[in-house]
Amino acid sequence: MSFLNSYIYYIGAFGLILIGLYIILVKHNLIKVIVGLGILDTGVNLFLISVGYITKGTAPIFSRSGIDSEHMVDPVPQALVLTAIVIGVAVLALALSLAIRLYQHYGTLNLRKIREQKW
Amino acid sequence: MRRIVTILLLIIVALGISLSLAKIPFGTPKTKVGKYYIDEGIEETGAVNIVTSVVVNYRGFDTLGEVTVLFIAAIGLGVVLTASGGRETRKTKPASLVLYTGCRLLFPLILVFGSYIFIHGHLTPGGGFQGGAIIASGFLLIYLGCRERRINRIASNLAESLGGLTFVVIGLLGLVFGGYFLLNFLPKGTANTLFSAGIIPIIYIAIGFKVGSELAGIIDNLIEES
Amino acid sequence: MIFIVSFLVVLMLVGAIAASFFRDLIGAVIAAALVSLIASILFYFLQAPDVAMAEAAIGAALTAAIFIIAIRRTERFEE
Repeated sequence: MSFLNSYIYYIGAFGLILIGLYIILVKHNLIKVIVGLGILDTGVNLFLISVGYITKGTAPIFSRSGIDSEHMVDPVPQALVLTAIVIGVAVLALALSLAIRLYQHYGTLNLRKIREQKW
Repeated sequence: MRRIVTILLLIIVALGISLSLAKIPFGTPKTKVGKYYIDEGIEETGAVNIVTSVVVNYRGFDTLGEVTVLFIAAIGLGVVLTASGGRETRKTKPASLVLYTGCRLLFPLILVFGSYIFIHGHLTPGGGFQGGAIIASGFLLIYLGCRERRINRIASNLAESLGGLTFVVIGLLGLVFGGYFLLNFLPKGTANTLFSAGIIPIIYIAIGFKVGSELAGIIDNLIEES
Repeated sequence: MIFIVSFLVVLMLVGAIAASFFRDLIGAVIAAALVSLIASILFYFLQAPDVAMAEAAIGAALTAAIFIIAIRRTERFEE
């Protein structure tokens, strides 16, 4: 039980990274590969935030004037992940526009058929 | 065959990562710079939200790089999708009266809520990126509910350009008045009030306008029917 | 407290596995949006309210919307 208490967030983020990698390597529809890329991105962000957590800490905001600053969580990983989420959605939008353009040119989104048509 | 090789590769990767993750303890403080930002944050910047002061003041140059990446992605999407030929013409049925009126009623409220979030970025949880995403969701509601309306292209381009230009001009003004780019040169004021924290509210308002109009422009480029 | 977090993590992993098994692409996109929503709840439990708000607005709503618009312009079913 104490093992589960310490490492449950790491197991969740790590499982998402592995499932995202499996979808990218095995599936052969282009839109499903892009879905796997999005799941991989979410897993990495969850891992970064769970590294910066301090036990029995609170959010780093001084709402009232009497809050002690002894037990606050680390604010630097939160700033990095805020940037990473917005860049993730920009990459997904650009990948989907390229997928639409591929469909208009080849007529299919199956990666095996596109690879056969090349040679 | 491909599945078996992939599963073997993933098992090797899983063993490697889990052996190194077991050495990272969960819940202990790991760096010292976070403690410095929490202790000295209010006197040096004046913002009550420490994550906002890290994103805009201490690491403001990384935020400028991220705004540039979002801009490049929006431009790339526009170029790829309008250079293609065939415009599909699909006839969409007009929406019913209840849906049309409900969306028109809800749209100004969503805009006010998004503006509240990015104006109070230095006092409460929130900021420019969250407020911009909520404004883009309001525009998405108009595209789905009232189906024949489109956003004004000229106003959207103007809002996006003015937002980016304001960010860079304020950085250059910091270079003129003090010693370095993005110096916090406006007066700090008393903490926990609306007009405080120097240049942080101005930069977040510019980022809110820019991100909101960019995400709405991405949705407009993707729909492009009729 | 630990049981709620364990239940949410198991639900998130089941949703990610379902996103790889569905043949209807819109079903896969809805499962990915469920993963983003549960990740937003876990961000709140890790005392990060800014990141939870950003993930809920961008990951759960806008990503699913642009995926469904892109699927509407191409095919709906896998192969």
